[in-house]
Amino acid sequence: MGNLIDIKGVTHAYKTKSGPFPVLRDLNISIPEGSFCAVVGPSGCGKSTLTRLIAGLMFPDQGEVWLHGELVKSPRKTVGMAFQNPVLLEWRTILHNVMLPLEIVAPTMPRAQKEARARELLALVGLEGFENKRPSELSGGMRQRASLCRALVHKPDIIILDEPFGALDAFTREDLWQTMHQLREKEPFTALLITHDLRESVYLGDQVVVLSGRPATTQYVMQVDIPGPRPLEMLYRPDSIQRLATLRREIQIAQGREVA
Amino acid sequence: MDWKKVAVPLAAVIVLLLLWELLVWAMGWPDYKMASPSDLWPAFLRYQNLFWLYGWQTLWRTVVGLALAVVFGTFLGMIMGLSKLMNDALYPLLVGFNAIPKATVVPVIALMFVGQHDFNTILMAFMISFFPIAVSVSIGLSTLEPEYRDILRSLGASRFTVFWKIALPKTLPEFFGALKVAATLAFIGTNLVEIITPHGRGLGHLFQSAQTNSDFPLMFAVLLALAFLGIVLYYAVVALERIFAGWAVRTAQ
Repeated sequence: MGNLIDIKGVTHAYKTKSGPFPVLRDLNISIPEGSFCAVVGPSGCGKSTLTRLIAGLMFPDQGEVWLHGELVKSPRKTVGMAFQNPVLLEWRTILHNVMLPLEIVAPTMPRAQKEARARELLALVGLEGFENKRPSELSGGMRQRASLCRALVHKPDIIILDEPFGALDAFTREDLWQTMHQLREKEPFTALLITHDLRESVYLGDQVVVLSGRPATTQYVMQVDIPGPRPLEMLYRPDSIQRLATLRREIQIAQGREVA
Repeated sequence: MDWKKVAVPLAAVIVLLLLWELLVWAMGWPDYKMASPSDLWPAFLRYQNLFWLYGWQTLWRTVVGLALAVVFGTFLGMIMGLSKLMNDALYPLLVGFNAIPKATVVPVIALMFVGQHDFNTILMAFMISFFPIAVSVSIGLSTLEPEYRDILRSLGASRFTVFWKIALPKTLPEFFGALKVAATLAFIGTNLVEIITPHGRGLGHLFQSAQTNSDFPLMFAVLLALAFLGIVLYYAVVALERIFAGWAVRTAQ
């Protein structure tokens, strides 16, 4: 299968009062269909800009973003997003929160079918029985699970995850990592994950892309050829430790603290 | 447990009335200095038909003025909340307009629309009460986190869909908070016109007549009737809030 996403030579700058502020420079990332790409890099290196470019919410100054063989020129119905803040709608139940994208993407789909689809996903992430709760009645980890369901409910070509586990405590985060592997097994999807957590990137990613400091460019790409679902113990094996050490070094180079 | 919800505030009212009665009695104040609660009921009974008639006039004009304030205030808040430019342009105007003491505006509109008593009253109720609604709606809309918008925009949703599905419902709690303030303000607007303009109608006019006749018990009875109408309108807003923004009220754990 070909690549689902091809980011080719993307350069982008924000216009500020003191002139252009470059954030991305000649960035190249390719994500094969069904694979999971984790992007790590120093803070403020333009990772969130990258997500908005892929979602078609912004357009690069130079270069191209290709999704499924088509140039991204406008927002598309084939993207799902989840953020660090789960941004669930407090006036809707969990079930109706998850159904929200279907109301936009498939307004003609019968209501029962939308509901069945949402229930199916909620059951997959262990939220069966919480369908009629309000977001405020759930814990942070559960809200994030619901947010993932909402990103997946319309079977998007790609889900864009912008540090979705960043605000969770360590144990909840590890639970969610495992949930991601279980989800991929039953609901195959292509994903781009932005994260600050190297262990997370190695545990979840089929490839890990290290971005350089601002303006960000592709500094290093690591393949993690371990089939899923991966056990959490994988992180404590020597090969994983070796990978983490390599990534750590590349990040330090990206931060300019160590010369390549 | 429910009876407590009614009994506790009711008890507070009774205690207040008793203290008031006691104070007037202990100080030996005559009627023309300070009426006591026991004088109010006879005053009310004596002019009962006027109370009902004028009370209704005051109420409907306040409600119409408030309804106009809701429509206009929400519209203004939408423009200001969704456009930074319009916000910068309109905010100083709005603050300046709100800072003008409304009592000074009454003679102006009375001259502009001579004899249009209903219209003038509604206009004043409207002018005094749209400000908090406009401000709260604009703040509610402009503080919407960008992620909320992105979730729908990335699916190709229109600006209107984002507004209808997310921005509007998310603003409702702020809107109702402002509406509670606006409801009591609208009463002040109505009564300003009723009291200041000659040959007025409504409870303000009854108050004015009582003052001319130095009928202190009647004046106090009118004040209490106004307070009662204010409470009725306030709780009507609370009931609407329960229906449309009940989700914002966290149930006690």
